[in-house]
Amino acid sequence: MSNAQDLILYEKKAIPSKIPLIGLALLAIGGGLAGYGFSTDSIRASYSLIIVFMTLFSVGFGALFLVALEYIVNADWSVPFRRITEILAGVLFIVPLVAIPLLINLDEIFTWLNPELVNADKYVKGKTPYLNESFFMIRNIAIFVIMIIFYFLLAGRSFKQDVTKNPKSRKTSAKLSAIFMPLFAISITVVAMDWLMSLEPKWFSTIFGVYYFAGSVLATLSVLTFVVISLKDNGYLSKYINEDHYYNLGGLMFAFTNFWAYIAFSQFLLIWYANIPDETLWYVDRGDGGWFIMSIALIFIRFGIPYLALVTRPSKSNPFRLKIISVWVFLAHIFDLYWVIMPEYTKRTGAEGPVFGLTELSVPLLIVGVLMLVIGLMSKNKNLMTVGDPKFKSSLEFHL
Amino acid sequence: MENNKILHSMSAIFTSPDDIMKAAKEIVKAGYTKFDIHTPYPVHGMDGAMKLKRSPLGYFAFALGAVGAMLALLLMWSTMVESYPNNIGGKPLFPLPAFIPVTFEVTVLLASVATVVSMIVIFFRFPNNSHPLHDTPYMKKVSSDKYGAVIESDDPNFDFDNVKEFFTGLGAETVEPIYFDNDELNVKHNIFEPKFITGLTIIAITVSALTYFTLNKLIFMEPFNWMMTQQKLSAQSPSNFFKDGFSMREPVSGTVAKNNMPYLYSDSVDLAEQVMVNPLDVDDKNLNVGKVKYNTYCSPCHDYNGNGQARLNGQFPNPPSLHTDKVRNWKDGRIFHIITVGQNTMPAYAQQLSDEERWQIITYIRALQRAMNATEEDMK
Repeated sequence: MSNAQDLILYEKKAIPSKIPLIGLALLAIGGGLAGYGFSTDSIRASYSLIIVFMTLFSVGFGALFLVALEYIVNADWSVPFRRITEILAGVLFIVPLVAIPLLINLDEIFTWLNPELVNADKYVKGKTPYLNESFFMIRNIAIFVIMIIFYFLLAGRSFKQDVTKNPKSRKTSAKLSAIFMPLFAISITVVAMDWLMSLEPKWFSTIFGVYYFAGSVLATLSVLTFVVISLKDNGYLSKYINEDHYYNLGGLMFAFTNFWAYIAFSQFLLIWYANIPDETLWYVDRGDGGWFIMSIALIFIRFGIPYLALVTRPSKSNPFRLKIISVWVFLAHIFDLYWVIMPEYTKRTGAEGPVFGLTELSVPLLIVGVLMLVIGLMSKNKNLMTVGDPKFKSSLEFHL
Repeated sequence: MENNKILHSMSAIFTSPDDIMKAAKEIVKAGYTKFDIHTPYPVHGMDGAMKLKRSPLGYFAFALGAVGAMLALLLMWSTMVESYPNNIGGKPLFPLPAFIPVTFEVTVLLASVATVVSMIVIFFRFPNNSHPLHDTPYMKKVSSDKYGAVIESDDPNFDFDNVKEFFTGLGAETVEPIYFDNDELNVKHNIFEPKFITGLTIIAITVSALTYFTLNKLIFMEPFNWMMTQQKLSAQSPSNFFKDGFSMREPVSGTVAKNNMPYLYSDSVDLAEQVMVNPLDVDDKNLNVGKVKYNTYCSPCHDYNGNGQARLNGQFPNPPSLHTDKVRNWKDGRIFHIITVGQNTMPAYAQQLSDEERWQIITYIRALQRAMNATEEDMK
C-alpha cells in the first residue's frame, strides 16, 4: 500500500433505499399471513411468531455477543466486519416489538399459565416460583432493557468512534464487554428456557441454554457472512477485504456447526441413556409420527450438510460458496427452532406430525423482512466499516 | 575439496519479512518449482505467495479416520452383539447413540496417529533423519532472526550461476551453496539390520514372558501371594477337620432364621385356607403398604385394578380377573398360599414379599374387590 491511490481504504457509499422498501414489502406480506393466522388459529400463529421472535433474538443478541467477543479477545480479523455486526445488533430494537403480540397472548401460549394443568401435575406445580406470569414479565423486560443498554454502550460507542477516532475507546469497550459477557450468558439461558423450554413445562434440560446459544451464534454468523459478501461484491465495503478475511467467518461457522452438534448430541445422549420418563418426553414428542423424519432431517440439515460443505479449506474462503452455505445455515437455524417449537403445538392439538401452511410461511418472510429493514435503516448516515478503529488499517492487511 | 561434494541447493538470506515475501513471489514467477522458504515465525500470506499446493496429509487423516470409525463400530458390534449379547437397561444390543462417543474417540485417535506416522514415513522418508540444511549457518540464521530461501539443485531450471545472480538481484544479504554432507549421505540406517531386528524381537519376547510369568505365576507363589492361604476354612472348600469332609456347616436342626418363619402348608391349599387368618387390621398404613407392594409386584400382570388386562398383556398368558365371584369368595388364607407358593404360571413371591407384606397385599386386594363390586350401601 505504497502509492497514494491505494491509501483510500474505504469510501462511504449508502445502501440503496430499495433494500428497506423490499424489507417493508416482505414484512407486509408476512404480517398479512400472520394476521390471517391469528384470525384462524391464534395458538398456531403465536407459536409461529415465537419462531420469528427467537430467530431475530438470536441474530441481534448473537451480533452483540460477537462485538463483545472481539473487544474482549482484542481480535484483528473481525474489525472490518464489526460495523455490519453492530448494524445487525440493531435488530434488538425490533425484538421487543415482535414480543408484544406474544406477551398479550401469553395465557394461550404457555400451558403453565393454566391453573388446572398446573395443579394436575406436581412437577409443574413445583416450578411455579419460577414459572409465573409476573416473574416472567419482570425478567424478560429486564433482559430487553439490558440488551438495549449494551447496544448503546458497545455499538453506540463504536459509531461515535468513526468521528472522534479515539483509540482509547477500544479499551473501555473491552471492559464493558467483560461486564456484558456474564449478563449475556444468563440472559440467553433465561430466554431459551422461558420461550422454548417452558413450552413443555414438565421438561427440563440444563444444557438447553447452550444449545440455543450455539444455534444463535451460527445464525448471526450466517447473516453476517451473507451481508458482508453481498456488500463487498457490490462495492460497498473496502476493496481490501479478501478471501483471507472470509476464511475466518467460514472457519467460525464450521466450528459452531460442530459445537452445535456436540451440544445437541450431548443433550440427547444423556436423556436417551438415562431413559427417565420426565426427561424423555420431549424427545418422544419429536420421535412420534411425522416428527421422526424431521428429527432425522435436522441432523443432516443442521450438521451433516454444513459440515461437509465447510470442511475443506477453499469452501471456507470462496465467496460464492460461502454465500450459499450461509443461506443454508440460516434456514437451518429457523428449521431448528421450528423443530423445537412446533411439536408442542401439534401435541396440544393432537395433530399427527408436522404442520406447515400459510401461517408458517409468514415466518421466513417476517424474519427476512425485519433483517432487510433493519440493515437498510440502521446503515443510514453511517460508515459501513469501522473507520475510526485504531486496528482498522492493520486488520485490512490481514493474511492467513 | 568442495568439488567432491554433491550440491543440494543454493541458499539466500534476507533481512525483512517484506523482502522474503517479495522473494517468494519472484521465485514463483521465475518458474522454479523445487524451492523452500524458512522463516523464524509463521509469516502471514506466505502460502499464497509461494503458491503452495494443498497438502495431501488431509487425505491420509481422512482415510485413517474413516478406518478408525469402522474399526470402533466393528469392535463394539463384535463384543456387544456377537460375543456378549447382554440386555443393558432395555437398550437394543447395538445402541448407536451410546456408541457414538467411542466411535468419535477412535476416529480422532487413528486420524491423528495416521497424520503423524504418514508425515514421518512418507514425507520425511523414515528412517532418514537428516537433511542437508541441518547444522548449516543458514539454518542457524533462519531459526533466529533472518529469513531464508533455497532453490534445490534438482529443479529443472537450476543453474548454479543463474540462481546465484537471481538471489543477489533480489537483494539477498548472503548467497551460499549448500552441499550434502558426505558422512550423512553414506550413513547406513541400522534400523533394518538383522542384528537390530533380532535384538528387538528378543526384548519383546523376554518382556512378554516376564509379564506373563509375573501376572500368572509369581503372584500365586509364597510370599508374593500375601494372605491368599490362611488357616481358616473357606466356604465351598473341602476340609479334613469334620467327618463329612465339608468346611461349611449346617445349622442345628429346628433353627429358624429371624423374621423367616417356614411356611407349613405348602402341600395343601385347602388346609392353608382353613387355618390361616389375616392377622392385620384394615387401616391406612396396611392399605398403603399393600397398594405400593401390589403396584410393584402384582400390577404388571394383574393390572392396577386387578382385572388382568395389564402392561404385560400378550407376553404372558393373561391371569384371570381378581373380581370373579370365585376369587372374592376365597378366604384370605388361600390367596396367601397362592402368593407364597405360586399357581399355574404365577411364580412364588415368598422371596420378594415378607409375611406381613403378603397380608397387606391381601388387605388391599380385598379393598379393590369391594371397590369394583360396590353395593349401594357402600355409597353411603
